[in-house]
Amino acid sequence: MTKNHHDVTKTFPRYSATFDEFTISQIQRAAATGIYDIRGGGTKRKLPHFDDLLFLGASMSRYPLEGYRERCGTDVVLGTRFAKKPIYLKTPVTIAGMSFGALSAQAKEALGRGATAAGTSTTTGDGGMTPEERRHSATLVYQYLPSRYGMNPDDLRKADAIEIVIGQGAKPGGGGMLLGQKISERVAKMRDLPVGIDQRSACRHPDWTGPDDLEIKIEELREITNHEKPIYIKVGASRPYYDISLAVKAGADVVVLDGMQGGTAATQEVFIEHVGIPILAAIRPAVQALQDLGMHRKVQLVVSGGIRTGADVAKALALGADAVAIGTAALIALGDQSPDLASEYANLGAKPGTYDDWQDGHDPAGITTQDPELAQRLDPILGGRRLANYLSVLTMEAQTLARACGKSHVHNLEPEDLVALTLEAAAMTQLPLAGTNWYPGKPGY
Amino acid sequence: MKTLDLRTAPLREINRILQNEHEGFYEIRNSSGQHALAVGLTAPLSVTIDGHAGYYAAGMNQNARIIINGNVGQGVAENMMSGSVHVKGCASSSAGATAQGGLLVIDGDAGARCGISLKGANIVVRGSVGHMSAFMAQSGNLVICGDAGDALGDSLYETRIFVKGKVRSLGADCEEKEMTPQDLEILSSLLNDAGIHDISASGFHVYGSARTLYHFHVDNASAY
Amino acid sequence: MCGIVGLFLKNRALQPELGRLTSLMLETMTERGPDSAGFAVYDGAAAGHRKMTVRGISSSNAGDLESGFLQITGNNGNVHQRCDHLVLTYAEEHETPLRAYMNEFGRGVHIASCGDSIELYKGVGLPEHVATRFELKTMRGTHAIGHTRMATESAVTIAGAHPFSTGPDQCLVHNGSLSNHNSLRRMLVREGLAFDTENDSEVAAGYLSWRLSRGDKLDQALESSIDVLDGFYTFVVGTRDGFAVLRDPVACKPAVIAETDDYVAFASEYRALAELPAIQNAKVLEPEPQKVYHWEHAA
Repeated sequence: MTKNHHDVTKTFPRYSATFDEFTISQIQRAAATGIYDIRGGGTKRKLPHFDDLLFLGASMSRYPLEGYRERCGTDVVLGTRFAKKPIYLKTPVTIAGMSFGALSAQAKEALGRGATAAGTSTTTGDGGMTPEERRHSATLVYQYLPSRYGMNPDDLRKADAIEIVIGQGAKPGGGGMLLGQKISERVAKMRDLPVGIDQRSACRHPDWTGPDDLEIKIEELREITNHEKPIYIKVGASRPYYDISLAVKAGADVVVLDGMQGGTAATQEVFIEHVGIPILAAIRPAVQALQDLGMHRKVQLVVSGGIRTGADVAKALALGADAVAIGTAALIALGDQSPDLASEYANLGAKPGTYDDWQDGHDPAGITTQDPELAQRLDPILGGRRLANYLSVLTMEAQTLARACGKSHVHNLEPEDLVALTLEAAAMTQLPLAGTNWYPGKPGY
Repeated sequence: MKTLDLRTAPLREINRILQNEHEGFYEIRNSSGQHALAVGLTAPLSVTIDGHAGYYAAGMNQNARIIINGNVGQGVAENMMSGSVHVKGCASSSAGATAQGGLLVIDGDAGARCGISLKGANIVVRGSVGHMSAFMAQSGNLVICGDAGDALGDSLYETRIFVKGKVRSLGADCEEKEMTPQDLEILSSLLNDAGIHDISASGFHVYGSARTLYHFHVDNASAY
Repeated sequence: MCGIVGLFLKNRALQPELGRLTSLMLETMTERGPDSAGFAVYDGAAAGHRKMTVRGISSSNAGDLESGFLQITGNNGNVHQRCDHLVLTYAEEHETPLRAYMNEFGRGVHIASCGDSIELYKGVGLPEHVATRFELKTMRGTHAIGHTRMATESAVTIAGAHPFSTGPDQCLVHNGSLSNHNSLRRMLVREGLAFDTENDSEVAAGYLSWRLSRGDKLDQALESSIDVLDGFYTFVVGTRDGFAVLRDPVACKPAVIAETDDYVAFASEYRALAELPAIQNAKVLEPEPQKVYHWEHAA
């Protein structure tokens, strides 16, 4: 009997679907180290997503607009409810909050350059505002987080908007982490921490809990900034109907809803994969909440978590969002996961496209690192150019789809322009299953 | 001395005046527990709030000297950068939260989470403090002339905590340290800055971080 | 997510002022809870008589309800209408048939409270409007508890408004959010309790009523709840003669107590107390976590 010859008296060796290769490696890793797995990025499992929706392009019953010639607006105004100085953007695609600390100074600069060229905003992160970031971002949203690392009223007044972070999609209910390798001298100084320690961020704000007290916090922030700046409230998608309702009641100008595909600098794997809901499932109840309060389009809704293409942007807008935010995709545009770095990723036990050990700070692309030599590899001008290109493509793709549906502005996309490809997506979005006028839960089929 | 009266002027107007002045003495009347009083000041003014104040009194103060002749709600002097805030009564929870500089003095007691996430300011409490005080406090000093509640200094970084009275319990990673001459000097000078001359620096205990949570380790997993 | 107020009078001379003071406090808490408001007023007990507050009264059901009531009580009861609530006063022996009658009546009618002394009113809308509808300012009594609600996970309805009364002369208001109310509700339902809403606060009220029905004193019932109710809360609880306050171990939700020789007042924020008589001389304190604060009128 040769090695290549199958012994028909025996079955093939077979992996368990329950205990698959990755699961086995998880158990082995846990047994060897005794501590939970920490990584960066967002969820990696397959989830119902925008791919499960399709646009109904115009044909006989609707008329399309001519591509390239007939106007299709993409501008968006955020913060029209209370703020004296709302934010004007040329594209409904913004850059999500990512900290200096999680990212290198070069990466932050590149984000600012790219976003400014495209006419959109960037957002600070846990750890405060760097002067470089302020300089390179024409429109900068300042995150106000539970840790309050680097929180400074001067920066608050320098910002164009303030985003109060209640949670993020990768870990609703959890606090942030930054491991010692990334607490460089500058990061430590900004966050008032000892160099090289593993930072533990709080999961609740230190001086308020719940929407009734948040309302008072917002009053303080407005009093300090002369009621000029839009107040965003960011929540991780888990109970969007209630969370969005309460954000509005607490006085938000803008609500930011981050689905579970949203990335993080470093969090427990179990959190990333098992807490929160996909953005596809979260938008409809969020929009419902705004409509029930008579606040849809008055309090703007920004959604994030797995936005990759202009189709995702257009679908999010059609479901009722006013704008989207990108994080992971922006890092890829800068140069993260590049095939040019295959051999270096291999040295780290990864491949282009799988690298997620952002917490270690060894990123060969110079993005998720505080190592000066690695960070030097990212040219902020070139990176900014790539991001601007990518933002242009997202905008043009969304426009193309909007025109095909006969819209002269991307904000005129509506749920009736969409159908669902799967039962799950139909149930989550209450869009009809393609070819029918029915979704699960709707009587009469 | 200029008088600002909350019965006749709205909060926005009073704060706007204080935020735009460069110097002088101001008195706020009829505070009645209002929130966000005298927040975001940047100049070295002297402000007296004549009564009880609500949440975030003197929040994010820079340079101003603010006295409150009464009790204050949550988060007094939160994220103060510099200057001083003196509460003549008691303070609710999260007094001096995340404050980065300046001096906060509380003549009465402070509630839970006093000095939470402290980032460099000094806080002197003549009375006692509630539970979870100095939680995750990063730097600066917290002086407690009375007693401390449960879980004092939980997940502490580099803040020094001085307590004269009893500590109900210490939080994870907080331990008593030996009082060094340098500690004693800091304590004496803080008591002096706070205008406390009838309580001597002797008899205080000093607490700090045991630093066992500074790096994730399997044997500490239950403390995270 | 809400504002709470409470006023417990020690000095009898203040009793005619109870409603006016409570309404001042309630309206100051509007920003914490603009969706609905409610209050319970305790106005002493008349020997041998019971009181029931019924809500959901409209022109289409008031007549039928009243004639049914008079039939059961043999024309020996008293009916007083305030807006869409009725306060019924009747002899103790009619309690059981009256309860059954109200529970079966339907047409939007619900028992709001029952007991010797309690009257309980609640409604949707701004606290000021609710207080005006029921003429709170004109009410007198020994103690009162009020609530302004910002709805979190249940609908803006009268049923979801506080206070919740789940036992005789008992009522509870809550600021916070419980995290184990679903399992606790299932447990209490197995114990024979019925709930009108999906509201977490009603479960807390039901739990306390259940303990009180098993012989606990108010303070004991509250003591035992510390281990059982999970989540964030500040509770104010009223009984016929008692008034109590309890905060959860984390104590994130605000609470201020002011005490003078004349009264004990409670509010979520000090500004709700700012207009009370002689407040300058009150002892003002923040209740400690997990500590039951409890006052009782001499019976």
